[in-house]
Amino acid sequence: MADRSEPSQKALALQRFGLGLKPGQAAGVADVRERLLADIRSEGAPQPSVSFSGAAPIGRALYAFEDEERAARESRRVAGQLGVGQGVQVAAAPPAPGQPQGQMAAPAQPVPQFPQTIYREEVVARIQSALDAETGFAERLVQFWSNHFCVSVAKGNFVRAMAGAFEREAIRPNIFGRFEDLLIAVESHPAMLNFLDNQLSIGPDSRAGKRRGRGLNENLAREIMELHTLGVSGGYTQADVTSLARIITGWTVVGRDARLGFPGSFAFNPGLHDPGGQKLLGKVYRQEGKEKGMAALADLARHPSTAAFIARKLARHFVADEPPQALVADLARTFRETGGDLAALSRALVTSELAGTAPATKLRTPQEFLVAAFRALGRRPDFGQIAGPLGVMGQPLWQPSGPDGYPDTNAAWATPEGIKTRIDVAAQLGRQAAGSVADPRALVEEVLGPLASPQTRQAVARAESKPQAIALLLMSPEFQRR
Amino acid sequence: MAADDDCERMTPSRRAVLGAASALFAWSYMPKFAHAAAGSRDSRFLLVVLRGALDGLSAVPPLGDLGYADLREGIALAKDGPEAALPLDGFFYLHPAMPNLARLYASGQAAIVHASATGYRERSHFDGQDVLESGQGGPGKTDSGWLNRLIASLPPGEAVSRHGALGVGVVPPLVVRGEAPVLGWAPPRMARAGADLVQRLGDLYGERDPGLALVLKRAIETELIASRQGAEQPRGGGGPDSAEGMKRIAEGAARLVGAEDGPRIAALAFEGWDTHANEGGAKGRLATLLGGLDGALATFESGLKPVWKDTVVMVVTEFGRTARVNGTVGTDHGTGTVAFLVGGAVKGKRMIVDWPGLKPEQLHEQRDLRPTTDIRAVAKGVVADLFGLSGPVLAEKVFPGSGDLKPMQGLVV
Repeated sequence: MADRSEPSQKALALQRFGLGLKPGQAAGVADVRERLLADIRSEGAPQPSVSFSGAAPIGRALYAFEDEERAARESRRVAGQLGVGQGVQVAAAPPAPGQPQGQMAAPAQPVPQFPQTIYREEVVARIQSALDAETGFAERLVQFWSNHFCVSVAKGNFVRAMAGAFEREAIRPNIFGRFEDLLIAVESHPAMLNFLDNQLSIGPDSRAGKRRGRGLNENLAREIMELHTLGVSGGYTQADVTSLARIITGWTVVGRDARLGFPGSFAFNPGLHDPGGQKLLGKVYRQEGKEKGMAALADLARHPSTAAFIARKLARHFVADEPPQALVADLARTFRETGGDLAALSRALVTSELAGTAPATKLRTPQEFLVAAFRALGRRPDFGQIAGPLGVMGQPLWQPSGPDGYPDTNAAWATPEGIKTRIDVAAQLGRQAAGSVADPRALVEEVLGPLASPQTRQAVARAESKPQAIALLLMSPEFQRR
Repeated sequence: MAADDDCERMTPSRRAVLGAASALFAWSYMPKFAHAAAGSRDSRFLLVVLRGALDGLSAVPPLGDLGYADLREGIALAKDGPEAALPLDGFFYLHPAMPNLARLYASGQAAIVHASATGYRERSHFDGQDVLESGQGGPGKTDSGWLNRLIASLPPGEAVSRHGALGVGVVPPLVVRGEAPVLGWAPPRMARAGADLVQRLGDLYGERDPGLALVLKRAIETELIASRQGAEQPRGGGGPDSAEGMKRIAEGAARLVGAEDGPRIAALAFEGWDTHANEGGAKGRLATLLGGLDGALATFESGLKPVWKDTVVMVVTEFGRTARVNGTVGTDHGTGTVAFLVGGAVKGKRMIVDWPGLKPEQLHEQRDLRPTTDIRAVAKGVVADLFGLSGPVLAEKVFPGSGDLKPMQGLVV
């Protein structure tokens, strides 16, 4: 087994659990474990700085935007019916500040609509948090949990505007708290309720269900058990899915009418809730209203299948596609014995001998790679410089193709097209950074240090140009694997 | 399975010859024989995976079934009116967003399998796709896909194995992953790096990282083919859940698979079929996606024109959706659904179906269309005819443990 006190092992631990070295950090590899553990704070991960605080103000602004859109469409329609559309210009939206009245935006470059504006700001802020972080351990956990409990902005404007707030409100404050609290925060967040359709789900025996003949949508209930807690082989049936769907009927989002609270925030709507007891995994839940769902989620959070599922996923993400069984067992035990204390779980991961000394086999995900490259090159990217590369590499922020999130194995990322695209990105980053990197050979020592192989040092030293040298560094096996 | 039995009787000659020969010699493949056979073909096979679970009852509505309209309140299609479904055989109709498929069907170049499914009977997308693509009896059994194992089962010299399989997408579908070489391609969206940089990385990986060396080598091979077929300029555009994205993916796949030295087998995925809410009827969310798929099929037809007569495009999904519309004018995860076989090599203009009916007691668990045709039998039948694989190889290597499922006969002309 490798010796954890070796400089190369310490540098590897920073790559494995963190986001990659910034110039000037390599010298300080001495107290790696302490530096990683310093990220574990009861208040969770640091909060990115954005202009909208949370789901409720975003929801209100989103509704206002949609109302304006509708009014504009309606007036265009009316104008068209009157046959005066040719000569009459109907303002689609109030002119942006600084834009003269009546001047239309060029069709090739439309002004981003409100949800996209918010999304852009959240993406830049999220990446900036990752660049500001010291080791990045807490940020890596944010990414892990955000992918475990993913939403996708492809769902529509609501999630597009809310995805950042979801991570800031539901994930970040809870990554070092109890799993139960994280779970409840996630499942009651408007972004998740919209993403998996629960705001539309109506208890068949509820007041609304009887009146309107509408009914259940079991999407969220299924994914809570399959993807968020027990795992697909965690021991539940279709009947359990239907029961949980009934239990969480009424978990919804306040509409623009503000009848149940602040528009865009979570509300429990008793009119949609299926009354009466429900049997889930052999236990009957008879609590009133929202408490029924809270109790069911609390039990799911503490279920042994959940402990095993989370332990395995965590070990697979940080250590290896096929992580050591003993490591998975250790993490699962920690989860069970602490009642899902995520600070204890994170500590167990970082201090594990097995996790620290496993060889570096995992390819960084595209998001990890891009952030590590920005850190190494000392860049402060704008939205396009983030979204462009992540889009082509197949991992745009908060946009997985399904509720199981982005894949987490080499089989998915170490593919011919995937690697080729990474090289394209590295070449572009090399061109962009050539002016600010004084000596690529020195940069190898700064960001890889003891990890750099003689071959990588040589390849960088012999590159035909500075951009190529930087690209070679970024695409070296030691930079790509952790 | 009734459809299977029917097909048994219409045995086309070539298929019968191959079947008899492979039984006689018990070889795992019949390469030389297949080559020597009169009219032997250089087949192409494209598998399109629709991720998210396609609602087969909306794509190919059984308007002749009296139970249909009742189950589908709010999204039902109709035989008449301005947005009428397109007639197929008088009982089944096609969604009006798919005029190209209707045309191909009418001209004998498309067949539709209905009430079909894999052997998977749970309702997880991810396990369902795992079973569909791994070709195993259950989820989580292997990291290789059945198309990859198919290629690995062919002799090294064959055109098919020589050129490997194409996996479209930055993350290629599981169905092509595995030991056999996989070529990768995705619609380019960024300027490609210089050849010199790629060469230097190839050298570095050769010394330090065999895994990365191998994938890079495969990437270079694919790009060579693509560049000979007319290099594509990077452009933006929609993803695999948009009509535009589907068309671009189909264009690229057709360009590579149609090339003389290109891969003979390709797998690609279109996304966004998980229509839990506001699914829509003749217009709406699902209609837009079906229109995208229809456009992609037309793109395959035109892009593969010289080899279209030897081509089968198979369109599959992990499972179907609930027979009854749910509480939110959509459908939840179900079981039986449809699959499409399209191409000049398809013995078309027919529905392949043993219809189970839509009455409550006829539904699977009283909620889903009951599957009566195993999609593996269809896939086995198609690839047996196209590539001359024997039943035992199909039953042991390609679809392990599927010995009881005979390859469906007579699917290919």
